[in-house]
This record gives sequence, structure tokens and C-alpha cells, in this order.
Amino acid sequence: MIEITDLHKSFGPKVVLNGVNLSIAKGESMVIIGGSGTGKSVLIKCIIGLVKPDSGLIMVNGKDATKGDRDEFLEQFGMLFQGGALFDSLSVWQNVAFRLLRGPHKRSKEEAREIAIEKLRRVGLRPDVADLFPAELSGGMQKRVGLARAIAANPAIIFFDEPTTGLDPIMSGVINELVREIVVEMGATAMTITHDMSSVRAIADKVAMIHNGVVQWTGPIGEMDNSGDPYLDQFINARAEGPIEAVR
Amino acid sequence: MFILSWFFGFLAAVGRSFTALLAAIGRISFFMATAVSHVFRPPLYPRELGQQLLQIGYFSLPVVGLTAIFTGGALALQIYSGGSRFNAESVVPSIVAIGMVRELGPVLGGLMVAGRVSSSIAAEMGTMRVTEQIDALTTLSTNPIKYLVVPRLLAATLAMPVLVFIGDTLGILGGYLVGTQRLGFNAAAYLKNTWDFLEAEDIVSSLTKAAVFGFIVALMGCYHGYNSGRGAQGVGRATINAVVSASVLILAANYMLTEVFFSS
Ligand SMILES: Nc1ncnc2c1ncn2[C@@H]1O[C@H](COP(=O)(O)OP(=O)(O)OP(=O)(O)O)[C@@H](O)[C@H]1O
Ligand SMILES: [Mg+2]
Repeated sequence: MIEITDLHKSFGPKVVLNGVNLSIAKGESMVIIGGSGTGKSVLIKCIIGLVKPDSGLIMVNGKDATKGDRDEFLEQFGMLFQGGALFDSLSVWQNVAFRLLRGPHKRSKEEAREIAIEKLRRVGLRPDVADLFPAELSGGMQKRVGLARAIAANPAIIFFDEPTTGLDPIMSGVINELVREIVVEMGATAMTITHDMSSVRAIADKVAMIHNGVVQWTGPIGEMDNSGDPYLDQFINARAEGPIEAVR
Repeated sequence: MFILSWFFGFLAAVGRSFTALLAAIGRISFFMATAVSHVFRPPLYPRELGQQLLQIGYFSLPVVGLTAIFTGGALALQIYSGGSRFNAESVVPSIVAIGMVRELGPVLGGLMVAGRVSSSIAAEMGTMRVTEQIDALTTLSTNPIKYLVVPRLLAATLAMPVLVFIGDTLGILGGYLVGTQRLGFNAAAYLKNTWDFLEAEDIVSSLTKAAVFGFIVALMGCYHGYNSGRGAQGVGRATINAVVSASVLILAANYMLTEVFFSS
């Protein structure tokens, strides 16, 4: 479904991605882990075309992601941004239903609102938040609205940039389950970035760890604990000592 | 020797800023061409256009109106006291009318709107850039140029002529009030003088200038906001750049349009 080959990206002198290779099969849930600032967000932005890579190939559904019809390409995606990125001039339900209210597959206002409220319920938000504005919500609530917006149009490929950061443990559990459901029931392909190891275990089919601009380790979730990779071991066991330096 | 190296250093610095200027002009032209090309391609967003007409047009009325009325009044006083030096007090109505309609209405209106609207567009879009809302639009299959830039450009270009027309009228009214209440002009004569003197060309030039200035105001706000740097500092800088560049471009464009309309 998604094939990334030798992806490079630098910002000025700073090399962020230095030859990333990664493949994600259809209907699979891939979780990306790695230290802060290692380029996880940049990686998914490269795939969806928000950041232009310096070199490398990204294939989505057998087609070069940088070529062809942009609208058709973007239609398959849903994305939750790390910061939520809600439109603060629109109410919560209009945020969630943004895609349903526009474009070739436009629905009626009533129908769109109904779907939005249903999606809000799935991320644990009550219907009465629908008419509030993003600025009136807590950080964790904003995050969940962003999540509802990402899944509103039932996309085939979903990117979640830290879906559970800033949520309480119970809500994190709800969101983990939701991501799992989306993959299992809707058959979507998901790519999730998270720092939360309990999320990793709940969500992932496969795990990839980014370090020093490359995929340091990738494999099925079952092999994560016995990988023998010192970088991965240090990361998942949260140790200060090891090959990864704490000051970067 | 020292002088020479200083001189070359100076030349290099001038060259650098000149290339930077050319690069900026290139980027702005490209941005403008992209935006304008989207005006003619569906989908358009009428709701957004309506909102911007309200924001840019309607809510700028008090600022533009007050500016015009005080300027018209002051102009009448000035022309009267200046004209009295060679017994030409009677030119007050015509000079107020010409001055307001040809120059001061559009230029002062444009500058006031530049302060009010360029800054708010740049700050709003800059914030949207910094908080990834512009990126989010893209991922939701919505072209940010179409959704954000086009409605603002259209609204400003359409609303400015209306604003300036009202401003021109209020400016003349300001002159009329000062003329009749303070300077002892006969009301009917003042109006007749104004009316006889104004020509269609004056009004056309006024409204053309207004449309161009409106376009400049929105373009500068959008360009700097859309390309805002990161963080609160980036948004702040975008806002300053938008207001300054819009104001300077308005004054420059005003000179050129005046050449076009009145030099022959
Ligand atoms: N637009 C940009 N301009 C310049 N540098 C950037 C830009 N976007 C990202 N970077 C840099 O790229 C690096 C990777 O950023 P990225 O956001 O991908 O990190 P991350 O792995 O998602 O970290 P975190 O887990 O903290 O979210 C950072 O050092 C950041 O400073
Ligand atoms: Mg990140």
C-alpha cells in the first residue's frame, strides 16, 4: 500500500531523514516510534505531500505519490495533526464535517452534522460540544476533535500524529481501541506516531523505530521485546543509559 | 587598499539586497498569478466571500468615513486660508472636491484599510500557517489558495471602490460643513460649485485606484500571512511586513495611476 524507498529530507544544514525505507501493507496498523525531533512528523508529511522530500520514492497504491491527480490522491487520506490544527473560525461539528460539506462527495448539512456527532461520540465527546468553538475546548478535547475530523469521511489511509498525547489514561484506552477498530472493521491502513508504549502495544501490527534519520528497526509487534537491537531496547524500556544519547 | 575593500564590500551588500528584492518581487508575482488564476476556476466559496465582504468592507466603513470627513474639513480650511493670500477663496469647493476624489479619498482610505485589513489578514493567515491549519486544509482536499486567498482578494477588490465612494462623498460633506458653517459659504452655491467642477473621469479614477489599492491590501496580507515564519515572532513579522509593503505599494501605485489618468 505505502512503499517508501531511500527518502531524504534536510532543513538547511540539518539532516532529518537520511535514507528511510519502509513499507506498509494494506489494512495494516504501523506504529512509528522514536525520540523527539527524529523526524517522525516530517516522515508522514512527506508521504501526504505537505513536505517536499529532497530525494527518494514514495509509492501509494502502486502510484508515485508526487505525481498524478492531487485531489484524487488526498481523498484517500485522513490526518490527525500533532497540534490538532482545528480551524478556529469554525464550530466543532463544522470542523469534523469539513470534508463532508465540500467537494465532489458533498452531503446535505443535516446529514453531515449527524455524521459529525456520531464521530464525536466515537472519540468520547458528547453532542453538546458540537456547537462550541475549538478555543472553548481543553487540549485533550481538541485532540479528539482532530481525530474525529480525520476519520469523518472514512478514509482508506489514516495518519495519526500522537493521538493519545495529553489524554487521561481512560481516554487513551478509548482512543487506542478506536484506532484498532478503524483498522479491523473499516479495513483502513493506519500509520500512528506515538510515544506511549501502552498505545504501541494496543494499536500496532508492526512497529518501526526511527533513529538518526533511518529506520533503526522494524518488525511485527510480537518481536519488539526480543529484537536484540540495543537502540530499540533502550527506547522501549525507557533507560537513560544506552547507545542513544540523552542530549541531542 | 582599505577604502577599496570597503567599497567592494559595499557593492556586494547593495547587490545582495537588490537580488533579494528581485527574488521577493518574483515570489509575490508568482503568488499573485496563482491566486488570480484560481479566481476563474471552480469551486468558489461564496460563504467565505460573503464573510470577507463583511469583514473587509462593512467593518472598515467607520475608519474610512471618519478619515474622509475630517480630511475634507481640514482641506477646506487650508484652501481657504491659502487661497485668501491671492483672493481665491472661492476655489474652496472645487479644490476640496478634486482633492478628495482624485487623491485623498482613495489614498487615505487605502492606507487606513491597509492598516486595518492587511494586518488582520496577515495575522489570521499567519496563525493558521503556524498552527498547521493551512496544511490541514490541504489534507482535507481543499486548496488553501482558493479557500483563503481568493475570497479575501475578491472581497477587498470589490469592497474598496464602494468604501472609497462613500469616503469621497463624506470628504466633500466635511468640506461643505466647514465651508458653510465656519467660512460663510452659501450652501447652494457651494454644492453647485462642487457639482459643476467634478467630471466623470475624476470619479472613474477614484474608483479604479480604490480597486487596485484593495487588491494590494489583500494581496500583501495574504502573501505575508501565507508565508509566515514559525512561531509568534513569525506572525508578528508577517503582520508588520504586510502593512508596510501594502502602504508603500499603495503610494507607488497611486503615483503611477495618476500618471496614467491625468498626465496627458
Ligand atoms: N518546516 C521546518 N523547517 C525547519 N525545520 C523543521 C521543519 N519541520 C521540522 N523541522 C525539524 O525537523 C526535525 C524533526 O521534526 P519532527 O517534527 O518530524 O520531529 P518528531 O519526530 O515528530 O518529534 P516529536 O516526537 O517531538 O513530535 C526537528 O529537528 C525540527 O526542528
Ligand atoms: Mg512530531
